[in-house]
This record gives sequence, structure tokens and C-alpha cells, in this order.
Amino acid sequence: MAGLLDGKVAVITGAGSGMGRATAELFAEEGARVLVMDRWAERAEDASASIGEAAVAFTGDVSKGEDVQAMYQAAVDAFGRVNVIYNNAGIGGREDNVRDCPEEVFDEILAINLRGVWLGMKYGIPHLERAGGGSIISTASVAGISGLSGITAYCASKGGVISLTRTVAGEFASSGIRINCICPGAIATRIGDNSPGPGDPDALERRRERNARVHPLGRSGEGSDIAQAALFLASDESSFMTGQAIVVDGGWTAVDQRWFDFTGLDFS
Amino acid sequence: MAHRLEGKVAVITGGASGLGEASARLFASEGARVVIADRNTSRGPQVAAEIGDAARFVEADVRSGEDVQGMFAVADEAWGRVDVIYNNAGVGGPEGRVTECSEERYDLISDINIRGVWLGMKYGIPHLERAGGGSIIVTASIAAITGVAGVSAYCASKGAVVAMVQAAAGEWASKNIRINCILPGNIATGQGTRSEEQIDQSREFMASYNPIRRSGEAIDIANAALFLASDASSLITGQKLVVDGGWTSLDDRYVQVMGPQYSQG
Repeated sequence: MAGLLDGKVAVITGAGSGMGRATAELFAEEGARVLVMDRWAERAEDASASIGEAAVAFTGDVSKGEDVQAMYQAAVDAFGRVNVIYNNAGIGGREDNVRDCPEEVFDEILAINLRGVWLGMKYGIPHLERAGGGSIISTASVAGISGLSGITAYCASKGGVISLTRTVAGEFASSGIRINCICPGAIATRIGDNSPGPGDPDALERRRERNARVHPLGRSGEGSDIAQAALFLASDESSFMTGQAIVVDGGWTAVDQRWFDFTGLDFS
Repeated sequence: MAHRLEGKVAVITGGASGLGEASARLFASEGARVVIADRNTSRGPQVAAEIGDAARFVEADVRSGEDVQGMFAVADEAWGRVDVIYNNAGVGGPEGRVTECSEERYDLISDINIRGVWLGMKYGIPHLERAGGGSIIVTASIAAITGVAGVSAYCASKGAVVAMVQAAAGEWASKNIRINCILPGNIATGQGTRSEEQIDQSREFMASYNPIRRSGEAIDIANAALFLASDASSLITGQKLVVDGGWTSLDDRYVQVMGPQYSQG
């Protein structure tokens, strides 16, 4: 059977690890050629090398317009066009409460998580128009639809991504450009870990165990869960979907889990 | 790429036409075996015959607990299991304003669109438990999230199934049974009330009016159902997947009021 993304060229930011890397690998398996973008050259090159000829690496900062423009140019130079854009790069971590959170922390989170997505759309859409249409996917979060104390800037940035998705979808729907986002729940990734090298497997395992406790489905999310949703949105199988936020969260936000505590009901 | 529903058995209500028929054909092409449950005893067997050995037809009215149990029994007898349930059967059509709609019409819509889904869960879940988990999909509608004047009973019924999906998802998540719904926008199907001519008129209108500049087709919903039925969505439960070409997420009146400088690119 043919790949779902045969002949398509995808640009994926934050693709050196986590959800972005899982998506780059899956897209390549499904026949796409991918530009793997990351802030860390080592991570980008490692992911690109593991995919092989269907990938090129690019190092840059999504909050800088010139980096984003150069990234698309690199994809065009390597593969001739752009059909799919996955604005995935994001940062998170402890912020403290809004009164005590330093301005610099707020600014950096918003610059990467929201301005980065806006830049990805602004400079990517002309390439999609030249290709006769395309699909833009962005990583939002359940933090964009639910209030998570202690990470207000992160929540604001992700809520912003959902709004941006809806509005820009309206601007370019008639040009054959579909724009959707994914709201992951608790996924076992390295977000917040800025260290070089492959990362600490014990930390990832601890994160998995904690993640499983917030999901009614009883397991942590994995990068591949988000990659599968991104594949659906990137492929022509979702060609009637635009402006949407797909929530991939193991039931976290749909199910009111306090109800179990309140009533003592146990359906486990 | 391997078939995405290889080895799975699916039961699809309203499977003789429209979204259900498209889903039955797509699921079968992805390796599933499908039970087509429908009230329509002329078209249902025909669709099953066209699919071939991988399909069975069973006459079922989703308002009847007995019929619903019967359709799962058909799957069980034929293939020994049920992995996917698509509660798709529904009725719609013009009701008039709430004062003008008869009680009988309200009850019909409510019984098929809400009770039918509830029965599909009630009698289907034990089969999914025996299979070690599974996926339930429900056809809701954008009528659940936006007010559509003139079809208040339909809107109420679709809002109800969204709420039911969320609650039931919480009950069965720990048993690896995922429960989600699809909210189609304007799809070119008959819904049991529209003629071919009316469907074509709808297509033509949506080609210029829908933000994405085309009508939805049954295959659009079938593709969404395939995603939710397959293991690709194994972390998704309790969710609404809106497949509407931008209809509900975009406010076109804003452009009309503000002027053409705000129009699409």
C-alpha cells in the first residue's frame, strides 16, 4: 500500500526530540521528505541521520523571522517545495505563580510557543500557496483549554495557538490551505530538558509514571500518539478539516476526574 | 503500509447509506470485517453483498434493545468478537420552530439519536470488554455546538450524545475502551429525508459558501471514523472530532461587517 504522504515535503520544528522527532520518523515512513528543524544542531542532525536520505537537518530559532525564512528556503533547496508544516517547537517548565514569575520567563515562553507559530505560518504560507495548497499543524496543548496553575505563561501561549489556528484557517481556507492544531495531554518527552546529549532515561521514566496518573486511559502519552494525529492532519484523509484543535490526552480534559473523588465511585 | 483495521470486527449502525455505508466500505478495505445494521432492508443487504465475505447485514432498529443486542450477536456468531462500534444511525430534517414541532417528531429524533446510541453502548461494551478493549465512535453533529434554528430537537439530541460520550469515556477508560464522537458539518448525504436533487443543491451552495469551498462528502467522515477506530488514536477518548470545512471555527459575518480587507487570502 502506498504511503499516506507520498510525494509530500514536510517541515517540522522541534523535530530533534519528542513529538517532533516521532512525527518526522512517521512522516518519512509514510513517504514524505522532511526538514528536521531544532534549536540544538546535535539533536537535529541525529534525528535527520536516523531517517536517512529522506531528511535534512536545520538548526535555528523559531522565534526569529530570519531563521524561519531560511528554514523554508532550506526545504525548498533540498526538496523543491513545501506541502506540510508542523509548528511543533515549544518550551515549558516551572514558572511559579504569575506574581513571582520573572518577565524574562514569560517573554521567552511566548516568543517560542506563540510568536514562533505565527512566524511559521507567516513565512510558510507563501510556500504552501505556491504548492497549490497544503496543511499546517501546530502543537497546542491541553493547557490551552484547561487552567493549569503554576504555568500561566505556558497556558496563555497554547491558548494563543488555538486562537491563531482558528483565525488563520479562515484567512486561507479558500486557498486550499488547512490549518489545525493538536492539544497533547501529558506526553513523555524532554520538554524542559535543555541539556545536551540523549537525555536522562530515568527522568523520562519518572515522567511516564506521573503522566499515567492524569490520564483516565491509565498510561502516559508517547511521541508516537501525537505523530499519528499529525499524520492524520497532514494527509488528505483530513481534507475537510480546518480550524480545529484535536485533543490527544487519554481522556484528561473530557472526563471530570474529581467526580470520582467526590462520589467514591471506582470504575477502575 | 499495513491495513489499519486488520483483524478487527466492526458493527456500524445506519450502515446501509451515507456516512455509515462509506465507513463500512472503508473499514472493510482496511482489513476489518463489518456488520451493517440498518432499518433499510433493500439497500443494506446490497451494500453488504458488494463488500463481500467481510460484511454481514442485519436488520436493526436502534430504538430496540432487542435489535441492538441482535446486531452484536451477529458479529459474535460470524467472527467471534467485536472491536469497533460505530453508533452512526440518526434522523434529522426540518422540524419547524419549537412550537411547531410535534411531540411525536421530537420523540422519534430523541429515541433514535440518543436512546439508540445509549443502547449501542449498553449492549456493545460487554463485547468490547471480552475483546480486551475497543473503540466506540458516535456520529454527533456540529448542531451540538452551534445553534441551528428550526431543528431544536436535532440539536438537543446531538448535544446529548456529546455529553454521553464524555461521561461514558470516563467509565470505561480504565478498561481500554475509548469512546469518541465525530461532529460532521454539512455533508452531501440524504439523512433519510433529502432527495438527490436537494443533495446536489447543497453541494453547489457549499462550494461557494463553506470556508473550505466545498461540501463535505461521506468519505470525509469515514476517514475520521477510521482514525478513531484504528490504534492510531489510542490515546484519544472522550473527544469531539469536528469535520466541517471550517464552518464552526470561523466567523464569516465578521468579514461581511468589517469589509473585504479582512477576507481570505
